Amino acid sequence: MIAFILRRLVQSVAVMLAVGLVAFMLFRYVGDPVNNMVGQDTSLADRARLRQALGLDDPTAVQFGHFLARALEGDFGVSYQYARPVREIIAERLPATLELSVAAVVLALAGGLPMGVYTGLRRDGFLSRLFMAVSLIGVSLPTFLTGILLIVVFSVILGWLPSFGRGEVVALGWWTTGLLTVSGLKSLILPAITLALFQMTLIMRLVRAEMLEVLRTDYIKFARARGLPNRIVHFGHALKNTLVPVITITGLQLGAVIAFAIITETVFQWPGMGFLIVQAIGFADIPVMAAYLMLVAFFFVVINLVVDLLYYAVDPRLRIERSAASGHGP
Amino acid sequence: MAPDEAAPGALRRLADSDLFWSFRRSPVTVVAAVVTVLLLLGAALAPVLAPHDPYDLASLDLLQARDPPAWEAGGDWSFPLGTDDQGRDVLSSILYGLRLSLLVGVSAVLLALALGVGLGLLAGYAGGWIDTLIMRIADVQLSFPAILVALLVDGVARSLLPHDRQDQTAVYVVVLAIASSIWVQFARTVRGSTLVERAKEYVQAARIIGVHPAAIAWRHVLPNAMGPVLVIATINLAIAILTEASLSFLGLGLPVTQPSLGTLIRIGDNYIFSGEWRWMLLYPAIALASLTLAVNLLGDWLRDAFNPKLR
Amino acid sequence: MPEPLLAVEHLSVEIPTRRGVLAAIDDVSFAIEPGEVLGVVGESGAGKSITGAAIIGLLDPPSRIAGGRIVFAGRRIDDLSDAAMRPLRGKEIGAIFQDPLTSLNPLYTVGRQLVETIRVHLGLDRSAARRRALALLQDVGIPAPEQRIDHYPHQFSGGMRQRIVIALALAANPRLVIADEPTTALDVSIQAQIIALLKRLTREHGTAVMLVTHDMGVIAETADRVAVMYAGRIVEIGPVRAVVKEPRHPYTVGLMGAIPALGLRRERLPQIDGAMPPLSAIPSGCAFHPRCPKVFARCRGERPELLPVGSGAAACWLHAEALGKRP
Repeated sequence: MIAFILRRLVQSVAVMLAVGLVAFMLFRYVGDPVNNMVGQDTSLADRARLRQALGLDDPTAVQFGHFLARALEGDFGVSYQYARPVREIIAERLPATLELSVAAVVLALAGGLPMGVYTGLRRDGFLSRLFMAVSLIGVSLPTFLTGILLIVVFSVILGWLPSFGRGEVVALGWWTTGLLTVSGLKSLILPAITLALFQMTLIMRLVRAEMLEVLRTDYIKFARARGLPNRIVHFGHALKNTLVPVITITGLQLGAVIAFAIITETVFQWPGMGFLIVQAIGFADIPVMAAYLMLVAFFFVVINLVVDLLYYAVDPRLRIERSAASGHGP
Repeated sequence: MAPDEAAPGALRRLADSDLFWSFRRSPVTVVAAVVTVLLLLGAALAPVLAPHDPYDLASLDLLQARDPPAWEAGGDWSFPLGTDDQGRDVLSSILYGLRLSLLVGVSAVLLALALGVGLGLLAGYAGGWIDTLIMRIADVQLSFPAILVALLVDGVARSLLPHDRQDQTAVYVVVLAIASSIWVQFARTVRGSTLVERAKEYVQAARIIGVHPAAIAWRHVLPNAMGPVLVIATINLAIAILTEASLSFLGLGLPVTQPSLGTLIRIGDNYIFSGEWRWMLLYPAIALASLTLAVNLLGDWLRDAFNPKLR
Repeated sequence: MPEPLLAVEHLSVEIPTRRGVLAAIDDVSFAIEPGEVLGVVGESGAGKSITGAAIIGLLDPPSRIAGGRIVFAGRRIDDLSDAAMRPLRGKEIGAIFQDPLTSLNPLYTVGRQLVETIRVHLGLDRSAARRRALALLQDVGIPAPEQRIDHYPHQFSGGMRQRIVIALALAANPRLVIADEPTTALDVSIQAQIIALLKRLTREHGTAVMLVTHDMGVIAETADRVAVMYAGRIVEIGPVRAVVKEPRHPYTVGLMGAIPALGLRRERLPQIDGAMPPLSAIPSGCAFHPRCPKVFARCRGERPELLPVGSGAAACWLHAEALGKRP
């Protein structure tokens, strides 16, 4: 068990280092950091001094080391676009994205899990077919299209919900939350649904597929042959076995949520990290891009690690050491 | 045995095959196929079908900008679906945009295929550290969603290219970005097939004789891997089209001067609170939705048809 | 004559496929007396497992019963809904399947699965159920049951798992157990032990057994009577000794001849030419006629019914001739 955790930790660190390398190369070699920071009439001598001050003349390995050290502190330099420390900008935007993402994941699970179980158990019913048809649309349409569609229906035509921004936010320390105001909550609804839709349909289809697969197994057949009532067979046995792979995929989907948040935030002009990175790419704001890359990579690595540990905790077959000590004799 | 009994022709075999049977059985799939063919025709024949050339900047007249469709007041049958903010005919833009979306999607998949299959063959055949390196990169990349990778490549490419050339090079940048986000599945599948084939005796025999590894790879390994590769290609086509649309919508894909459906939607989105969204946004949106839905349905059917577990 | 525990009358099961409707079993009739062990033997695909599945009401869709009746303890059960069938399963009719590893839920301890079954059928509280589960484990020969009851299925060997499966199937003391190839997935050395266990337990409780297998040796050891199936039909049925020593149907003759025996000097094992026909291409008349060394005209046209011969019955026109039943 410890060996397993250690191995995963080492892998995670390796991945972070690799990503760090990419971010560093981005920083250092794409465009010229100095030229991006100074005006046109700065003299060559001043530029040379700036180069030295920034450590741009040191050997590459040393620069990488410095980069990593600063990254660990959260220092990614100054944004080209806003001329403010990247760290500040990210801190401002992070709460917006996190609130949106968590709301979306909660929605996706709350909708996807029950619908998946239902369509798995009642495979050929009318409602099931309806869900499956709607889910196909949910998976096929690009996120921005569903977002725009929702805006058209609920903002433009019906005028019930706002179409952009976060509404009023309340500051709690360095965190800003939109959950404590009515306008904040109203502003959260459409973006959260947009972001959740893709995940919800994915989860629903996955749970359904797993459920159908599990219901065909021998142990379910044997459970029914033993006369166990449907309630126990479906929700005691089948559901538990279904959830094991679902946990993994859901955890990995968390990562996809962060990716699709980029599009959703742009559609709704939600002031989060996603919107930030789109503007940064458009502007070629390298420090922001590098910081975003590292941050997102970190999230993914952590999520993967947690999912692996969860899987280990839930499936007893993975705890091999115990079984080696027992189980002999006919 | 009658000597003149020829083996049934390929078309006949296709018609009798399980694949076609499952196709005919599902009305949804048939509809999807019909829609796809119609859209493909529209895209291919765009130069013929479109009443105007939306790329001809000289022909645009700002006085005709933001005109409604022909059947409404203020409309004109020479612009059947209305005009956008630059005076471009919406119908023509949609046809050409469809064309671009498909072109970019297919190119990206082909590039990813070439790249992925090549790297997969290399990894599977060479083994050793090359294999480990390629597969590690693949594993790491797989843990990130495709769109993030596409965004990253797109962003880097833009930063590297001079500003004034960005519009012209946009198509290549987008194709490269999308291809670099989807090559991994091809590589993995082909590597798997390569490993399987490499262990077989006829390959070992060929190596002993001295046949060049590239020849072995091309003539023996590749044909065996093509089946699953084709399925992956179809699935990834839908992903490629979606990714391109998303990139263009974000303003990081195809530019306004060469708009794809995603770009058109982005433009239309600006007019969402004035009445003009009804044609500037809605029609490109319907076109894109039909395309992605149809391709997805076909991909779904193809995947089910090839899945031995569901037989 | 006392009523049989199970009476299967002219049962047919069909499978609709896209190439037409296939007859998995076709007009099958037999009976099992209380406490009796009926062996059902035949090649893979002969319809043995499907017969068992039909009896307990667990046919995999799209397979369905197409005709005939199944009567259990005087009550017709083939037309019962799933909900009506459930009280019978486990309590009156039990089942054991072939692969003990996949028969047990890997995520639950063995104890949990036992207790659950016991509580559903016997209504005991948790601690009483657990005591009973321990007793059951002891009875099927699991060593150190107090520790092993909280282990997971993958921590047991194949033979032990099958013992647990048997414990689960017999937990509520059903009157009939359908054992579908219970030893096929086990090592040869373990097979004998499991069969012995099954035999002992069913004799102790007076449970009738329908023992489905392709292994004639197991039948000879364990069964009272045996039914031989071929292409979805019963071709011979009778007391075990009679069928083994004096098989009446040419197929059974071939089967018995193909069993290697000590002391017999032969260079090659005789085999029956050809193979059992697929369900989509069952011959007309007697299904075995293309392969039968004793075939004559009537066999090709008319399907033989089970005709009494000796102490059993065989579906072969040879015996109609013998009884003077010429058309």
